[in-house]
Amino acid sequence: MQTESEIRDPLIIGKKTYHDISKEISYPVEGKANKYWWILFGLSFILFLWGILCMAYTIGTGIGAWGLNKTINWAWDITNFVWWIGIGHAGTLISAVLLLFRQKWRMSINRSAEAMTIFGVAQAALFPLIHMGRPWLAFFVFPIPNNYGSLWVNFNSPLLWDVFAISTYFSVSVVFWYIGLIPDFAMLRDRFNEKTAPLKKQLYTFLSWGWSGKAKHWQRFEEVSLVLAGLCTPLVFSVHSIVSMDFATSIIPGWHTTIFPPYFVLGALFSGFAMVETLLIIVRKVVSLESYITIKHIEYMNIIILLTGSLVGTAYITELFMAWYSGVEYEQYAFLNRATGPYWWSYAIMMGCNVITPQLYWFSSIRKSLVATFILSIFVNIGMWFERFVIIVTSLHRDYLPSSWAMFSPSYIDIGIYLGTIGFFFVLFLLYARTFPVIAQAELKSILKSSGSEFKNSKHE
Amino acid sequence: MSKIKKYWKGLAELNNDPLVDHLSQNEFVEDIPVDKFLSDEDLSSSDTSRRDFLKFLGFSTAAATLASCEAPINKVIPYVVKPDEIVPGVANYYASTIYDGHDYASVLVKTREGRPIKLRANNTCTNARVQASVLSLYDTNRLKNPLIGLKESRWDDIDLEIIKKLKDISLKGGNIAILSSTIISPTIERLIEEFSEYYGNVRFIQMDSISSHGTLEANLETFGIRSLPTYHFDKAEVIVSFGADFIGNWGHPNYEKDYTKTRIPENGKMSRHYQIETNLTLTGSNADYRIQIKPSEQIYLLHNLYNSLHGEDPDPRIKKIVKDLNQSKFSIVVCDSNNKEVQILVNAINNKLKNYNSTIDISRPCYLNKGNDNDVQDLINDMNDGRIDALITYNVNPSYTLENPDIFNDGLKKVSLRISTSSSIDETYMNKELNKMDYLCPDHHNLESWGDANPVHSEYSLMQPTINPLFNTRQFQDSLIKWMEKDISYYDYLKSYHSTNWEQKLHDGFFSLDVEPLQVSVFPNYPRKSQLDLEKLKNSKLNGIEFEISQKISMGDGTQANNPWLQELPDPLSRACWDNYLTISSKTASENGISNWNVSNGALNGSVVNLTLGNRTIKNVPVMIQPGQTYNTVSMAVGYGRTHAGKCGNVGINAFPFSNGGVVKIEVINDKFHEFAAIQLQHTMMGRDLVKESKLSDFIKDPTSGNHKHEYYTHEGFQPSHKVTLWDNHDHKTGHFWNQSIDLNLCTGCAACVISCHAENNVPVVGREEMRNSRDMHWLRIDRYFSSDMSKDVAKEKKVGIIDMYSEMEDPSENPEVVFQPVMCMHCNHAPCENVCPVAATTHGSEGQNHMAYNRCVGTRYCANNCPYKVRRFNWFQYSDNEKFDFNMNDDYGKMVLNPDVVVRSRGVIEKCSMCIQTIQEIKLKAKNSGRKVLDEDIQTACSDACSTNAIVFGDSNDESHQIHNLKKNPRKYDLLEHLNVQPSVFYQTKIRNQD
Repeated sequence: MQTESEIRDPLIIGKKTYHDISKEISYPVEGKANKYWWILFGLSFILFLWGILCMAYTIGTGIGAWGLNKTINWAWDITNFVWWIGIGHAGTLISAVLLLFRQKWRMSINRSAEAMTIFGVAQAALFPLIHMGRPWLAFFVFPIPNNYGSLWVNFNSPLLWDVFAISTYFSVSVVFWYIGLIPDFAMLRDRFNEKTAPLKKQLYTFLSWGWSGKAKHWQRFEEVSLVLAGLCTPLVFSVHSIVSMDFATSIIPGWHTTIFPPYFVLGALFSGFAMVETLLIIVRKVVSLESYITIKHIEYMNIIILLTGSLVGTAYITELFMAWYSGVEYEQYAFLNRATGPYWWSYAIMMGCNVITPQLYWFSSIRKSLVATFILSIFVNIGMWFERFVIIVTSLHRDYLPSSWAMFSPSYIDIGIYLGTIGFFFVLFLLYARTFPVIAQAELKSILKSSGSEFKNSKHE
Repeated sequence: MSKIKKYWKGLAELNNDPLVDHLSQNEFVEDIPVDKFLSDEDLSSSDTSRRDFLKFLGFSTAAATLASCEAPINKVIPYVVKPDEIVPGVANYYASTIYDGHDYASVLVKTREGRPIKLRANNTCTNARVQASVLSLYDTNRLKNPLIGLKESRWDDIDLEIIKKLKDISLKGGNIAILSSTIISPTIERLIEEFSEYYGNVRFIQMDSISSHGTLEANLETFGIRSLPTYHFDKAEVIVSFGADFIGNWGHPNYEKDYTKTRIPENGKMSRHYQIETNLTLTGSNADYRIQIKPSEQIYLLHNLYNSLHGEDPDPRIKKIVKDLNQSKFSIVVCDSNNKEVQILVNAINNKLKNYNSTIDISRPCYLNKGNDNDVQDLINDMNDGRIDALITYNVNPSYTLENPDIFNDGLKKVSLRISTSSSIDETYMNKELNKMDYLCPDHHNLESWGDANPVHSEYSLMQPTINPLFNTRQFQDSLIKWMEKDISYYDYLKSYHSTNWEQKLHDGFFSLDVEPLQVSVFPNYPRKSQLDLEKLKNSKLNGIEFEISQKISMGDGTQANNPWLQELPDPLSRACWDNYLTISSKTASENGISNWNVSNGALNGSVVNLTLGNRTIKNVPVMIQPGQTYNTVSMAVGYGRTHAGKCGNVGINAFPFSNGGVVKIEVINDKFHEFAAIQLQHTMMGRDLVKESKLSDFIKDPTSGNHKHEYYTHEGFQPSHKVTLWDNHDHKTGHFWNQSIDLNLCTGCAACVISCHAENNVPVVGREEMRNSRDMHWLRIDRYFSSDMSKDVAKEKKVGIIDMYSEMEDPSENPEVVFQPVMCMHCNHAPCENVCPVAATTHGSEGQNHMAYNRCVGTRYCANNCPYKVRRFNWFQYSDNEKFDFNMNDDYGKMVLNPDVVVRSRGVIEKCSMCIQTIQEIKLKAKNSGRKVLDEDIQTACSDACSTNAIVFGDSNDESHQIHNLKKNPRKYDLLEHLNVQPSVFYQTKIRNQD
């Protein structure tokens, strides 16, 4: 039994027994969905369908359906791609890095954060596919043995590195997530009666892979978790570093920057935590998990947002400094143009949302306010989307030869696809919330006697 | 002896029980209860065995699969008897001539399997319109059959009717008129003479859409010859042009080439070129000094110049010109005015400068403009008075090109027999007043016709057909012969006319005859204006906004308006296409509440005005702000606003009704705007050294002036950029190393190379909307930059902050210096595109090119993003066989122009300049087959081939005898964006201006 300092705030609030935890966490799975769930699901599903239509239209007629042109060959597609990948990052950080650092507070949020990662990466993976001129030949990017002589992929291309980075990230994340789910699925299996809910019983029996809770099972579970956490940790840093190399290895002013790998990773964590907050603030309310996802959890995440946000701000300023310091006229103009050119407003949104917003978390009252956190987390999500937009579009639209300078304006299809992925993401997340235990209850139970408020209070008496 | 062991399953088998034998024949020893699990009682009683069932299943699956993946059938029809001269896959060249009444060129026609697919220059330069005319051959708007009224008919029927009517008219002594463009063909002239003899009372009138009547009349008065002189720009030291666009649309096509012969700084001298003009022309943009005037000031300045040459004080604006003219021995003064008095004055100036018989040859005149405005006016008057009974039109479209077509149209109503020989139903045939003319006897395209031309005194060229007529058309000459009821073909007629050495002449396409120069002796003695009169002239400058027509290099007079290549060719100066518009200076624009602005995707919008000249108003005219346009003047290009040009030609506004110019009233329509299709949105270089330039005097002192190489500090001291590299160099020492040099000093921006590239490489046309969306597909573009009042030096001097500096740099000057920079794929030897492609679709060739494998491309567009020159083009849509892109690649005729050596790209792939690799391969193979080395001059890219000024030179820089080898070492040579060290195979030569 671990002990925990008394002055630490409790991570589980209220008078909870192990049974209470099981009951409350399996409640959304066992019970019927409420009105709000259906409304949210309906809306998301409509968006999702609309997105599918827009994608089908794009594949049917050509990339010309988007607002791109000869100068700006990537815009919303890759912006969305990087944004979604970035969102995924918090999940891995929470489940892997925080596990290695023995941070107990991750236990209430890691399940949902990782679900978000997987669903986010799934959205992200759509874009490299559909942004291709000929997506039906997408298999060309895999090094598939063939008999066409030297027909092989180009290992110099950062896009190819992306393919490997993302597929690795996605598969490791899924495995890690699933391993964590096994004891919880077993719990659900045990709660369902074969007579009254035979299908659910069968389903969870299958999903829990014969988990019986033996000591040996627990031992292996712990070992695998640790190994996977070790595997995942470098991925947290590698995936977004590699994504950033799509830009950093190019020669376009504003892209060609060595600071990009750490800058992108920090930005990803920053946006990832913001998205976790956005989701969990809703989830804890809708499925009544306030006892497990407490203000303290929110505050911890806010502190990480404050830290990563400040680092991202430092990176922005470093970029500006380097542009000036380099003495390269093209580089200087690229950054001047970001701030004062036709897209100054997107730069202003990015700076406002990503540099100023997190600084508000220095105030403990804001840090602990659910409403403020929710609003600010949305701000960060918007800001981080604009960061990618600024990097991609404002660098491309005025590069070396002024004769080719152009502007970008999204088409309805561009917007439709973006909204469609948001819809798709929520469809997945809402389905997840109704079928999966949204909190890793098995793990949570392990800290009930050390971090539960009742336990802490009883020690005082 | 070995014994095979035998195992048995039971005693019954050992004993060879017949039952065992019987059972072993069955596949399964026990019955399989198929009925039970299929719950079909009848199954076992069915005749279909399991094997049959599987056969049926297999067959039907295979059949369904085969049926569903049937490939579209494209029929290939082989030659049953192969014509001798055609080897499939090998091009044939024929020398011929293009002349459509406006443009003349002696050309080589490249044909493949009997289809003309490309034109190359033969004895004259070819401009963009001539290059594009091969596509006009396949224009589906051309008539398929002759017409009586609007009814398709047969030649026999039409001829019967026409001959009968002509004879009736002739019998009753009526007048027959033939209205044609300038005729440079001696045989047509003779045919018309014979025609007049046959019918009597035949009047032959020539008209030009852009008239040179004033000059011709002036020459008639001063020299007694109603012709234009031949100018020798190559001999001139000082060229003063009053509005004459001799590089673009004025005079003989060779003037451009002649002019650039004097623009080679390595010779130690260059001609000095002054342009005094209203709207910015191609010629003006190449001038060393450009002076902006209003059209009404021209006459004053010419008088002032004439007087100054006699020692009087010049106007301060032309002081320098007078000084230079006085100092030089060889000069040319030209003027575009259509006013006889003005042109007599110009003759007097040239005479004073002793230019006749030195730089201007009047005794060997140029015959390309013969139109007589007086004759045309007389004809129209006579038509209105009912004195003309028959009118035959040839190569003209008066209802479109006349300043006042209504009078012509009214007159046409009173003519009883109206025959057009236009190749399509044009504005004159579908006359507003008349509904239609009587007969349309469609002419062949030049490439289907026989013919001859005499563009310049004693110089001739021949036209020969390169394809069987596509449609049931007949050339005008044959029609004339038919109507004279002669039984001879025009071919025989032509051959007998040029009988001596016919085959050689036809082979060469051009020849000179030893004809005496014309006798010219009378030189003008022109009186000078008094100081007082001059003062009066100076003050007679018109107040208000003056209008002057202009011509675009792409459209000319609108004859080829239905040619999508030309419509989509961005104007070299405004970089807009698919349109004409009123050009205005930014100062005049802001004074009149006119503006241009960019919408969110960058596309350009502009104000719309109503334009009134005298009592005529043109409504809804879009206005574009054009740097270089004189303050308080406006211009508009002719050649647009056709109503019967065809599916892509009816765009813009007809400016011909305003061709006489004058003071216009501009009324801005506030609630309307126009959407331009302009593809260059930023007009200045933003202080970057993309086009390096210097002055002649500096160049003579230091050949590298304006081209000093940057050096970068390394651990080995200062090094030029190409020494500082992370990458291994490709080995280009052995084999070929294809390089291309572009001399910015010789490039005039004429855009012939752009069209040539389209024709050679099957570049798709994307249409107005897509051009507006900055999605042009041009492999080769000509960037045009204007100078700005703001520069880094000015900013330093005036202490302007960096933000203000850059924002002011975006605005071009009111009278800017102009540079043109052709940009195609640079074929970098450290190509940024190559290492970012995930599927290795773009790779480096061993001969210095950057290759593109279309069928490997998945279309990530990463290469296009990473290209610093932005030359890669993505197929946003399917551009061939797509109703939405209804241009030449969407119809069977238009597709005949495609070059079979170059693949038509599908949607979703990137394409770009290949350095015409198909030509390189062809010539290499030819050399290999004949066992020799690839020769110098053998290989030309489409652009270098079309470049009449030799600005673009292509070749193997490992070949020491080739000029590219020396050009690569030339002190003027530089790489675009050198600091990136992408080591391009295409390089530039600095521009040198002959300024003080």
